Parts: sequence; C-alpha cells; structure tokens
Amino acid sequence: MATRERPLSPHLLVYRPQITSVLSILHRMTGVALAVGALALAYWLTAAAYGPEAFARAQALLGSRFGLVLLVGWTFCLFYHLCNGIRHLVWDAGFGLDLPALRASGWAVVLASAVLTAALWISAFA
Amino acid sequence: MVEFSLPANSRVRTGKTFKAPAGATRIKKFAIYRYDPDSGETPRLDTFEVDLDKCGPMVLDALIKIKNEVDTTLAFRRSCREGVCGSCAFNIDGTNTLACTKPIDEIKGDARIYPLPHMPVIKDLVPDLSVPYAQYASIKPWLQADTPPPSKERLQSPEEREKLDGMWECILCFCCQTSCPSYWWNGDRYLGPAVLLQAYRWIADSRDEQTGDRLDYVQDPYRLYRCHTIMNCTNTCPKGLNPGRAIAEIKKAEVERR
Repeated sequence: MATRERPLSPHLLVYRPQITSVLSILHRMTGVALAVGALALAYWLTAAAYGPEAFARAQALLGSRFGLVLLVGWTFCLFYHLCNGIRHLVWDAGFGLDLPALRASGWAVVLASAVLTAALWISAFA
Repeated sequence: MVEFSLPANSRVRTGKTFKAPAGATRIKKFAIYRYDPDSGETPRLDTFEVDLDKCGPMVLDALIKIKNEVDTTLAFRRSCREGVCGSCAFNIDGTNTLACTKPIDEIKGDARIYPLPHMPVIKDLVPDLSVPYAQYASIKPWLQADTPPPSKERLQSPEEREKLDGMWECILCFCCQTSCPSYWWNGDRYLGPAVLLQAYRWIADSRDEQTGDRLDYVQDPYRLYRCHTIMNCTNTCPKGLNPGRAIAEIKKAEVERR
C-alpha cells in the first residue's frame, strides 16, 4: 500500500532565535556583505588608477550620504566577521565551548564590533 | 538543501479550540500541532485550554491530561516521565526539550508544542526518526576490539573512564539533532550532533581499538564538517550535555592524527 507523503514538521519559523543561532547566521551574512564590499573596494581602487576624474566620481559616490551608510555597514561587517572569526578559531582549538563561555563570548563579540566601528568612524571624522 | 518555507502538504492551518470546563480559574492555553495521516488533510494547530489547578506541573502532565480527558486521538511518545528514556522530546515554546522535565510555569504566554523540527511526521507529535537511527547505527555504537578478551572485564583507569562522562548520559532523544540548522538543511548526509556525540563517545573510549576507522568514517565534508559550530545543540540539550564540544574534539582528533 502506498502511503501518502508525510508532512515535514515546522523548523526555522517555530524555532526560537537565540544567541547561538543568530550570531552564527550573522557571521554568514556579514561574510556575504563583505564579498560585495570587496567589489566596491575594487571599484574605488580601479577608479584611482583610471584617472583623476574617475577617482573624483568614486569619491563623490562613496562620500555621499548613501555611500557613507554603506561604508559604516561594511566596517561593522568587517569587525564582526573578524571578532567572530577569532571566536571560531578559539573554539576550533577546543576552548570556550561551555554554555556560559558561549554566551559571554557572543555578547563580547557584538560589543567589540560595535565599539570598533564607532571608534573607527569617530576617528575618521575627528 | 536550504528551504525556509514548508512544502504545501506541510503548512499548518488553525485548528479547533477546546474550552476549559466552566469554573476553571488558572487556565493555560496549549497550542498543539496535529496531523492525521488518515484524514488527507494538512496539519493544523489545535488549542486546548487546561485548568492548571487540576494538572501536574510538567508539560507532559498537561499532554496526558488532554489525551485522557479532552481528545483521545492525540498521539505522542512518552514512557518514563522522568527524563531518562528520551521519548517525549518535542519542540516546546520554541526550543527542543523533554516534556516530562519542562515545567509548565517556565512558559510565558500560550504553550506551543510542535514535533521535533524538520522531521517527517507520522502522526501529531510523533516524528519518523528512522534516518537518525540509521545514522546512529552507521557509527557502530559498540566496543570494537581485536585483542582477545581478558578473563575479566577490559579495565580502564579512573582517568580514562572520566573521559566518557558527559557522553554516556545521552538518551538519544534527538533534541540536539533536530535543533541544528545544518542538520535541517543537510540531514541526509550530515550525521548531526547526537550521532557525532556518540561517535566521539567510542573514539574517546580507551578500550576501543578501531579509533582510526572511526575517525576515517566521519572524516567527510558532510558527515562531520557540516557542523559550523552554531551550538544550538548544546543550548538545547535537556540533559545538559555538550554535543558541540564533542564535535570540536573529533575535529581536533582529525587534525592531530595527521
């Protein structure tokens, strides 16, 4: 007798977001954002090599309000990916894998990336 | 494969509501996933109002009360009611845990109970666990030794025995297995946290003589390395074990033996 195909139980949409999974998916998303950011960086460098007019246009584009929002976002992505990457490195060495350490290092990474991003942009405009 | 939404036959409808008997004062709503394979209908979420003054303290007490007094067709697995058999693992209030050791008063608002996530559902809260069981069998969860057995037991030092603590306690409830997004997307090839914890339990056993073969078996881009250290597994284990650390230890052993 052929049985009907069984339904799949709910997963992502019923599972409570928690620091473990949220920081993990954030690591992946900041990685993707950085790949896109690398294209912007390549554009900026190419423009500089191309000539003063092209470079002025690139500067204007990235210096615009929209450009600045993107740059602030990318620097946050860079710092988050860096700090969380170090967290992964420590894990792979076999340390910090118990629950209290996981939570503490998770919040530390979030805090560190926010502080580093703020410090960078404050020093850039100071 | 990553698929965020559920297939058409798996979408959950709003179901029936069963009111608490008149005069009940401490009412808690339990929203419970229902699926009847004989009806030909898609799954639904039924709401049961339970009088907490006439119910035991744990979520399993409420489920048993509902099955006894309100709807006898409600299907779920349970046995020991004290957290040692691993039968009553469900997704309760957003995380996987055992209904028998989860106090109702730890749940704010309505209690939502689903089967273990991303599993084929046989009926209501009963998932088909044949894939994780087959994966468990694939890691050969028994002592393998070629040396002739001694006249007594194979002995271990207290230190060697200590290495197995935190692993032998696993009751195979598969809470961790089905909390892992990597297992959701690649459960056909990734062994998952529960099975890898057991794989390491035998890798770490000083009496076992097939450590090399065991490490060979899991050394695979999918079987072991789909673990991205998300750590939902350790966060959800109702026995307080640490599958994430066991997997990290396997990865370390794979590097160290080169």
